[in-house]
Parts: sequence; C-alpha cells; structure tokens
Amino acid sequence: MIKTADVVIIGGGISGLTTAYYLAKKGVKNVVVIEKNSLGSGNTGRCGAGIRQQWGTEMNCRMAKLSCEIFESCNEELQYDGDIEFKQGGYLLLAYTQKEYAQFKKNVVLQNSLGIASHLVPVDEVKDIVPHISTKNLIGASFYKKDGHLNPFHTVAAFASAATRLGVKIYKFTQVTDIITSSGVIKGVKTNNGDIIHTNVVVNAAGAYTGPVAKMAGIEMPVYSERHQMLVTEAVEPMLGPMIMSFSANFYCQQVPHGAFVMGRTCANQPRDLRTTSSWSFLDNMTKTITQVMPILNKARVLRQWAGSYNITPDRQPILGAADQVKGFYIAAGFSGHGFMFGPATGMLLSQCILSEKCELPIDMLNLRRFEKGELIFEPSVV
Amino acid sequence: MADNEIVCRCSDLTRQDIRNLINNGYTTFDEIKRISRAGMGACQGKTCIPLIIREISQITGKPINEISPGTYRPPVKAIPMEEIVQGAQGGQND
Repeated sequence: MIKTADVVIIGGGISGLTTAYYLAKKGVKNVVVIEKNSLGSGNTGRCGAGIRQQWGTEMNCRMAKLSCEIFESCNEELQYDGDIEFKQGGYLLLAYTQKEYAQFKKNVVLQNSLGIASHLVPVDEVKDIVPHISTKNLIGASFYKKDGHLNPFHTVAAFASAATRLGVKIYKFTQVTDIITSSGVIKGVKTNNGDIIHTNVVVNAAGAYTGPVAKMAGIEMPVYSERHQMLVTEAVEPMLGPMIMSFSANFYCQQVPHGAFVMGRTCANQPRDLRTTSSWSFLDNMTKTITQVMPILNKARVLRQWAGSYNITPDRQPILGAADQVKGFYIAAGFSGHGFMFGPATGMLLSQCILSEKCELPIDMLNLRRFEKGELIFEPSVV
Repeated sequence: MADNEIVCRCSDLTRQDIRNLINNGYTTFDEIKRISRAGMGACQGKTCIPLIIREISQITGKPINEISPGTYRPPVKAIPMEEIVQGAQGGQND
C-alpha cells in the first residue's frame, strides 16, 4: 500500500473510475482508487445501465450528451480488448397521460435546440418502433435513436484497465475507515488495514455510501440511499431494439445483446438503508407491469432478481464539485438513479474541477451548497 | 481434467477460460461471473459455482471454505412471467 497520493478516490464504481482515468490522462501521477469490495460491485454493477439524452433541462441534456459521446468511442479510446456492448437502439419514452405527452413535446423542443435529434412519436406509430408493445392507454411517445444501454461490468473493466495502464493504483477489498483533516484541510485517509495514505485531495465517489463517507470528513450531505430492484429473464430471440421506459407507468426495460430482458421499477415503501435483498412484492409488481406493456413476455422465464440503490438528493440531481467546508474534498454523489449514464461526464468534469481547469460544462449549480441556499434544480423528466 | 473441459455449460466457458480470468486478477466468483457471464445462465451457477470455486482455490491457495459462492437470489428455478402473474396472490410484502 502506497503511503502518499496526489488524489485518493473513494469508490471503484463508474464515477470513481472515470474520475481516476481522466485525472491520469491529464498527467496526475499518483492517483489511487480504494474500493471496499470488487470494482463495480455497488450500484454501478446493479443498475439498468441505460443512457438517454432525452432530459427536460439543458444541464441534464448536455451532461448526458457528453457522456453518450464518450461511451460511443469508449472501446477504442480506452483500448479495451473486450466490448462495453453499447446497444444504441434508442430510448422510447412512453406517455400515458396528456400532461406527460405535453411535457415530452416541450422536452423535444429543448433537446432539438441542443443538437439532440429526438422526436415525438404519435401513438399509431409506436408499433413501428416496438412491434410487440401494447398501446393500451398509451397517449404517445418520444424517441431518440442515439440513446441506448451498455454492459456496466465491461464498462467498469474498460475504465479500470485504461486507468491502470496510465498509472492509477486500484486497491480492491480495501475500505476507507476515516478521513484525516486538520484545520479544514484534507490530510489523508485511513484504511481497514491500518494503513494511512497521505493526500490533500479526496474524492467521495462512494455510491450508496457517499453519506457516511462525507461524515468522515465532517460534512453533512442531504442524501439517502434507497433500495431499487431489477430482474432478468432467460435469453430469447432479438425482439426489442430500443430501451422502453415510462415515468408515469413506472418501469424501464431493455433486451441486452446477449438476449435477456432486464427491467426495473420503483416499488413503494422501499427501505432507505443499504440492504440489497430482494422482495416478493417487486417480482409480483414487475411481472404484472411488464406483461401488460409487452404481453409476449408472459412466456419469458424469470431467472433472477437483485437489488441496488439510488443515492437520492432533495431535487434528485447529483452533488458534484468541491466541498466548501473542507479544502481538498470533492464530491460525486446523489445521482438519484442516473449515475451510470452521467459517469463519463462526471469523471471529466470532476477532473477539470480538481485541476482548476475550466469545466467543459458548468457545474456550479450542482454544488453541495445549493441546498442551504435553496437553489434546488427542477428536472421534469427524472425517474 | 483437460483445459478445454466445459466448466460453465450455460455460458460455454472452459476450465482454461476460468483460469485465465483468475490469473488476470478476477479472484472471486462474483468478479468472474460479471465479466464472463459464468453463473448467469439458466442454472444460475448450480453447475459451475463449485467447479469455479475449486479453480480459485487451486490457483490462489485460499481454502474452499473461505471462498464466497456469491449471493443466492430468487427464484430458485426459472419461472415464466405469466405463472407469476397468474399465481401471485397475497404473499408477504418485503
């Protein structure tokens, strides 16, 4: 275990690994990632791994667009000998109320103005895009062909191997137990092996654990982790190109390149702690929901269900940037269910922030201080 | 056992495939599973978990009883969605 580092990143998921990669790419020599389990074992490896640029605010559209462009060139840029399996079959967002469809109409205008060529889909054209969908109760939809989904395990491996090649040191199965500060300045971290790494920069990219990690540095963040569940079916023949999602009907579903369907929904009354156990009510509700939307899935066999968590903030937008309270403490937290899709943008923007470079996209409005200032961000199209 | 003997029937992985992964730093069942799909098939690891754990033990020297098989998750056996939808009544919420 090394004794000093230029940057210590707590968390080996998508946010930690992209930040490590971009810092190393910009020439930072001693970057360390500390992950308490295996890489991507937390929320990153448990999520749906969908990426959409169809957001309702300029900020989110631009963050997602930046991420998507990076994902598109990932295999080559990271020289990955595997494949991150970016299936860019599009995202079909389904509106089941007039109000929702009206919001989509507004969103499409905003998206188009930012170079995101999404479009509305009248209900009688939806089956052209997804032949097996039921249009019962459907008002209409919106679609963007460049949205899609990826394999989070390979994405993690791609960024990790590229970061390692650039000199980043990654310690798995090692837990940060304390953050050492003195007079409001970061001095180092302590691990469960009893080691101390001296550093003046710590990045909190700890996924479900960003709250407890911030507390180690004496910082309170208004985040909580809430369990979310998914299930996977056996592999079947290719029949669904886009990812399908509905805010009002509460589900998202895709067919991965391997052939299986993966899907999730937000169940009521989920525990707001760190458990990742599975519940019967999710299996019950998920199968009822999806078989109404895609009746052909009645025949598909469920193989497994699992759980991860959303790290949620009061406005469901991430906390990104430097903490005012402790010099050298940077935060990538509270992604509220869209951390994977923003991953590359997070890494790039945070690395720019840490190196006092101009951020590619402005991130001031995402700072932790927005909550005490009452400057919450309203995003109409968030899960 | 020969190196080309199939260890994971569902995902078509040989003993050599698994050994290569272990030698490349994937030393837990959970890591091997996620990067190779071992244990993600219809049998959900019933066949391959013990075989893979044995390989991990032989290469890393860790005793078998200290090697985690990963998390067992429902359902125990694959179930068509319509059977869950039709059969689901009551049950305990979480």
